[in-house]
Amino acid sequence: MKVQPQSQLSHLQLLEAEAIHIIREAVAEAINPVMLYSIGKDSSVMLHLAQKAFHPAPLPFPLLHVDTTWKFGEMIEFRAKMVELVGADLLVHQNPECIELGINPFDHGSSVHTDMWKTQGLKQALDKYNFDLAFGGARRDEEKSRAKERVFSFRSDKHVWDPKNQRPELWNIYNARHGAGESIRVFPLSNWTELDVWQYIYLEAIPVVPLYFAKVRPIVSRDGMLIMVDDDRMKLRKGESIEQRLVRFRTLGCYPLTGAVDSESVDLEGILTELFTATTSERQGRLIDHDGAGSMEKKKIEGYF
Amino acid sequence: MKKHSSQPTGPVADFLAAQESKGLLRFITCGSVDDGKSTLIGRLLYESKQIFDDQLATLSQDSERVGTQGGNLDFALLTDGLQAEREQGITIDVAYRFFSTDRRTFIVADTPGHEQYTRNMVTGASTADLAIVLIDARKGVLTQTRRHSFLVHLLGITNVIVAINKIDLVDYDAAVFESIENEYREFSRDFGFTNLSFVPVSALNGDNITTTSAAMPWYHGPTLLNILEETDGHILSPDKPFRMYVQSVSRPNQDFRGYLGFVASGSLAVGDSIQVQPSGRTSRVASLPSFDGDRQHVVAGESIQILLDDEIDISRGDLLCSPESAPEVGTQFEAFIVWTDENQMMPHRSYLLKIGTKTVGVMIDKLKYKINVNTLEHLAASTLELNDIAVCVLATDRPVAFDPYVDNRYSGSFVIIDRMTSKTVGAGMIRHSLRRDSNISWQHTSIERHHREELNHQRSATIWFTGLSGSGKSTLANALETRLHAMGLRTYLLDGDNLRHGLTRDLGFTTADRIENLRRASHVAQILNSAGIIVLACFISPFESERTSAKEVIGQDSFIEVFVDAPIAVAEKRDPKGLYKKARAGELPNFTGIDSEYERPTSPSIHIHTDELEVDAGVEAILQHLRAQLLLP
Repeated sequence: MKVQPQSQLSHLQLLEAEAIHIIREAVAEAINPVMLYSIGKDSSVMLHLAQKAFHPAPLPFPLLHVDTTWKFGEMIEFRAKMVELVGADLLVHQNPECIELGINPFDHGSSVHTDMWKTQGLKQALDKYNFDLAFGGARRDEEKSRAKERVFSFRSDKHVWDPKNQRPELWNIYNARHGAGESIRVFPLSNWTELDVWQYIYLEAIPVVPLYFAKVRPIVSRDGMLIMVDDDRMKLRKGESIEQRLVRFRTLGCYPLTGAVDSESVDLEGILTELFTATTSERQGRLIDHDGAGSMEKKKIEGYF
Repeated sequence: MKKHSSQPTGPVADFLAAQESKGLLRFITCGSVDDGKSTLIGRLLYESKQIFDDQLATLSQDSERVGTQGGNLDFALLTDGLQAEREQGITIDVAYRFFSTDRRTFIVADTPGHEQYTRNMVTGASTADLAIVLIDARKGVLTQTRRHSFLVHLLGITNVIVAINKIDLVDYDAAVFESIENEYREFSRDFGFTNLSFVPVSALNGDNITTTSAAMPWYHGPTLLNILEETDGHILSPDKPFRMYVQSVSRPNQDFRGYLGFVASGSLAVGDSIQVQPSGRTSRVASLPSFDGDRQHVVAGESIQILLDDEIDISRGDLLCSPESAPEVGTQFEAFIVWTDENQMMPHRSYLLKIGTKTVGVMIDKLKYKINVNTLEHLAASTLELNDIAVCVLATDRPVAFDPYVDNRYSGSFVIIDRMTSKTVGAGMIRHSLRRDSNISWQHTSIERHHREELNHQRSATIWFTGLSGSGKSTLANALETRLHAMGLRTYLLDGDNLRHGLTRDLGFTTADRIENLRRASHVAQILNSAGIIVLACFISPFESERTSAKEVIGQDSFIEVFVDAPIAVAEKRDPKGLYKKARAGELPNFTGIDSEYERPTSPSIHIHTDELEVDAGVEAILQHLRAQLLLP
């Protein structure tokens, strides 16, 4: 087989261009778009790509954070800093029903907590502001049902995803037409992997929450996970004790549901070195995926991002 | 992409430097359930260390629970992501997988092989640089092999690896391999596979996947992974003429007008001339601003922003191209269509066509022939079903700029969207433009519609009555025309039944004929409006998409939709022409309301319940609306 010179662009440059194309296309076709901002590394990359897509114009959409009141304190600090830095409009939604009922991961379990705060909260926020298109930072390499989801993914007027009835998505032509009440979730990072995301953060010097870097933190070992005691709402069970441990987080969410990993990676170089030799996938640290086979697919059908 | 602020050194820096030059290859795997396609992908992921310990643990649990490989790891379970697929043991949808080696990053589109999933395979192939066609060594070239290869060819892929799998099950026999190779070369001769290779493999055991197999000393070629790493066939070609569809126009302030888009082919530098299609205007590139500073030169595959020397009219959907090598511009072209929807394609129905970033109205003017994907025979057809592939002539309602698909995948492809359901109902690849329309131009006349309206002392419009047979359309329209006439207005009543005596005598009542009937009627209404005459049009017009087309032909501001609504029981009782009786007796097939559907208008201008309202009250309601719209004094 004949060997020809390689294409001039690196795979990261191609992924960047593809994501920018997706973001611009979505904005051009949407009536009222919004970007879901979860404060994590994927959101950081997505926000950076959005800035690149429209520079020097400002972001043509607000950011929406569906807050659960159980995020790490450092995430909320970082959120304020980023909004200021980027000059973005930030909307924060907390499900009022959850506040009233005091829904929390300790008493109600991860399923109820996630469904009520995140899934229901997200639907409320989308309905409240009448958003017809929402960007999300999900990647296809994260989970098996994501691998089959389209870049432009449709939701019925009840926010339901029908995996068997997805629109064919050919070339780079995206069909964003939808009826009244229906909405679209758009995933510009669909074709990125965890390693791509970290390499890009490194190359572009994109700010991320310091929780991703190793530091000595107060940790409780519970149900096989290393949980960080982020505030006094976390009560110790019998036999548990807080230990000061050098850890970092590969993924961020509600602190009682996010497991830390032992790590000495205090900077991006360290994280990248760790990733080249990684032996576990990042979703392992997420409690919600362990609820049963196909649990993410089920959550997505119900409206979870 | 800019560099990290501090100059990194050490292993990370070396790794990243290697990444910088690492390219991306997108490929598709084609094969049917039993060919071991998912196993092959699982094997590639496993061998390139893309499967993490926790995934491996889940895999071994799943393999024990539902696996089909005895006690061994069932790699197919890694890729069959949706629950239904795991349960049924088949791959329904396209799944995308990612892996990389020291030399390259790969995106794999894993697509199903059954004929009923042709649309999924076409979707996966549309972005692929290369295709792996799997053949079961025990079975040889099958009908499905031919089908997959034809689709690969149709989607413009020229790099093909034929992986002859399960070679272990034929005792690693070189003769079997050679005979399959010969047969494949023979039938694929006309497919233009310029880069075709054959590899004997066992996905299950790993032979010739990443390492050369000791069991086949007779095979001296590269491993499957070697070929994937070394093939260069990127569809984004910097050597072709420049093409970029404008996504949007950025105007952050008065002095800045940036055109945003993705470079589909070619390259562009500051100072280059550029042509805008379909308008044909030209200008010069003033600058290429970006987040990372001004660029001097950009190439295919980048998302960019262009500032031009002149303020010329450019909007979303326009194609920017190099003036030396202009694309085709026209309203008619011939294309391959793959139908991707459960609802069948209707010739002459108005759909939307999205090419690049431009969306226009389109109809399939002529279905030349359907292709039997298994035998490649040409078949006559009047409609297309899900997964059908055909050669059609399409006519757009506005000029579009394009290239033949074989020359440019991005400016030669389009999707067809249903106006009602908004679904992507078809995908197309342009073969060539039809010169016919370039000989037909619009002859400008000095007297225009508004001159004629002024002479008539009235504004013209079309009042479109839709409803079941016997709902009272003709009665209502007749009463309204009598009133308008008495007011001294010039009117004409277009009646569906009357037109069928002449203009539409050749048409019956099938769905396709109804669509053509309404197309002709809308144009007659439009002509009469242009003549300054108020039209009252009475047509059952049962489908929303045709009423929408009529509205577009006639013009949104001139189109008043009156929904003449009577329950079917009432209409059937009236039965002024005795048609319901005949239809019930089975003498009138395709009768609306009986065995053909009536889609109720979702937002008519006026909704009249004729079972509750007297004729005069109905007329009054319409007159009131016309006055409110300033169509009547």
